Amino acid sequence: MDKVAIIGIGMTKIEADKRGDTFADMAWEAVNLALADAHMTIAEVDNVVTTSNDFWDGRTISCMAVGDATGAGQGKNTSCVEGDGTFGAFYGLTRILSGAYGTTLVTAHSKGSESVSSLITNAALDPIYDRALGLDMVTACALQARAYMHRHGVKPEDLARVSVKNHGNALRNPLAQLPLKLTVEDVLRSEMIADPLHLLDCSPVSDGCCAIILANEQRARRSARQPVWVTGVSCCADAYYLGDRDLAVPRSLAQAAKRAYAMAGIHDPAREVQVAEVYDAFTYQELMWIEGLGLAEAGGAKDRLERGDFDLEGPLPVNPSGGLLGGHPVIAAGLYRMAEAVKQLRGEAGSYQVDGAKVAVAQGLNGLCGQSHCVWTLDNRS
Amino acid sequence: MGKKRVAIVGSGQTLHRSRRPDVNGQELIHEAVQAALSDADLTLADIDAIVIGNMDHFEGINYVDCWSVDGSGGWMKPVIKLTTGGTTGSTLSIGGYHMVASGLFEKVLIIGWEKNSESDTTGAITTAFDPIWDRLVFAGAISGLAVEAQAYMARYGATDRDAARVAVRDRRHACKNPHAQLRQEVTIEQVLASPMLADPIHLLDVCPRTDGACAVIMANEDVAEKLCPTPDWIWGTANRHSYTYLADVNFGALDSMAGAAKELFAKTGIKEPRKQLQVIELYQPYSFAGIIWIEDLGLVPRGKGAEYIWSGATDLGGELPINPSGGVIACNPIGATGLIRCAEVSLQMMGRAGERQVPEVELGLSTGFGGCMWTDMMLHGKRKPE
Repeated sequence: MDKVAIIGIGMTKIEADKRGDTFADMAWEAVNLALADAHMTIAEVDNVVTTSNDFWDGRTISCMAVGDATGAGQGKNTSCVEGDGTFGAFYGLTRILSGAYGTTLVTAHSKGSESVSSLITNAALDPIYDRALGLDMVTACALQARAYMHRHGVKPEDLARVSVKNHGNALRNPLAQLPLKLTVEDVLRSEMIADPLHLLDCSPVSDGCCAIILANEQRARRSARQPVWVTGVSCCADAYYLGDRDLAVPRSLAQAAKRAYAMAGIHDPAREVQVAEVYDAFTYQELMWIEGLGLAEAGGAKDRLERGDFDLEGPLPVNPSGGLLGGHPVIAAGLYRMAEAVKQLRGEAGSYQVDGAKVAVAQGLNGLCGQSHCVWTLDNRS
Repeated sequence: MGKKRVAIVGSGQTLHRSRRPDVNGQELIHEAVQAALSDADLTLADIDAIVIGNMDHFEGINYVDCWSVDGSGGWMKPVIKLTTGGTTGSTLSIGGYHMVASGLFEKVLIIGWEKNSESDTTGAITTAFDPIWDRLVFAGAISGLAVEAQAYMARYGATDRDAARVAVRDRRHACKNPHAQLRQEVTIEQVLASPMLADPIHLLDVCPRTDGACAVIMANEDVAEKLCPTPDWIWGTANRHSYTYLADVNFGALDSMAGAAKELFAKTGIKEPRKQLQVIELYQPYSFAGIIWIEDLGLVPRGKGAEYIWSGATDLGGELPINPSGGVIACNPIGATGLIRCAEVSLQMMGRAGERQVPEVELGLSTGFGGCMWTDMMLHGKRKPE
């Protein structure tokens, strides 16, 4: 793969209800932050990929709402990915690799405050065979959490430790929505939403927009900012029907990670990666995805977590930003992971900076129970 | 222009009908995928990645890329979903092009589909527009098109009889296309006598809504000629999605098409499109567009579209046949419609378009149009691009 770098990032603060902002207002803010970060003007953006979801936005052709704000509607070539922002970035990357463009602006936005999460995620189920069962994202993921816990002897306390860590990390991230100082008991005492998931095991549904700017090698080397290089990327989709999958095994994530690491020349990710930003929509997911990403053995994440390995001061900090538990603008969440990884690799993460981070992994996903994953490996060394 | 040159090596279309109660969405997708794989003599194991798209609210299914893997064959493969409204199908073909040109994937399967019978199409389209400023004054796709037609008629004195001539052309062409949904010749009088839907658009001026899917397989230059003796080479793409609010539209001309055409033709060295192109599959959802948009394409000067249509130049057998497939007026599974344009041009380039084949084609153009006055474009060639 030719060299491509991330040369600009922009994130709005993640909030429960940005009542004063339309989709376009959020996109305008994130895009201008990214342009300022990259010391670029919109004229230097060769093409734009926006990422949105018609169900979450309550609009057909939801990308239309941010056309002007992202510059997509201003005489540029453009496209729209529907899914997590990491997939939008993936398509944006291929548009550069194709040779057609030197830079791609990628955005992803969502306003959970204007949406009904249970209805929207229930609509992901097949209308004939399983929608009427009433499953939604939370209840489907509760099934997966139970399957994973049963397989590896994971206890509710193990899940709770993820919540304590990530909400605690969020205390240091000014963009996070839910900075909380918690104990394991606080998590276990919080309301049971869908057994075994307590309220504090679940991420919120938030408002936010993230933008990143990708550049080919030539443009990245000319950039005013230190480029963060994309060394590997891959995505992979598992089966749709939950009954067709072994829910306790993140098979498609492992496959995507394997391909991404192969591209990056990473042989032992648990040793070679210094920081990970993963899609912790629920506490159990962080443990599962850590294992799927090869950062711990299957079933081994809980022990490493308990030892403090994934803490900010540990050998392999996971979600130092606070992750999705700290704020979860659906669709944008994976792109926030990439932008947070960039901050770490630039050494700009302030009080949640991981010392000496050189290699980061960021992950996003689509569908129920992590059906389809996108994995990025990033490196600050040219 | 790309890192890897890219060609279309196969395509497939489903049986297109106004209602396909015999299949569910996944089965409809599967039908197109199997047709494309068999056309290219490939199996799913040969496919490296999948690009799929539709318009969610027409079926009411969220995360379609995930839900559809049993039909698309995406299991344990990279799958991405692109959605841009009416342009979805053409956006998909452009997406497949970039994925292959990137060098990351050798062969990519591109799928556009829609099961329009499962929803209230106009109800769904109306939600595309800004809930505060536009939605209350804008009902579905046809009203905006009627405004465009009226504005053009007022500017240039064109009539609904001129537009009817375009409908007659496309509906005649459709009779030669076994994939078309509506295969019936009509006369100008029949078009003008058909019910008025939104003045000046008559029923026979406008596209139907269709259940159907289309799949296209693209491959890079390392394998394309091994897979297909006459691959359809992609010379370039351009698009403009330049509209957010109704008041931004220059009704009476399609600025997005003029902008995309200018860029695409400049990039690919097309100086006189009317002379250099031999076939166009225009995403033309209603007959008036057949007059207006060929001006934006630069085929004829402003105001001269109708004259060119009446000359017969765009009929099969004319100097530059447009929509030999019968076009969108004859068949419109929305998320697939733009991709069908691309597939149809590929058949023309391969010399495999049967009764609707245009003789001696060297370069062809496929376009996509969305309800927000957007344009996507792809230039196809018989020869490998420089």
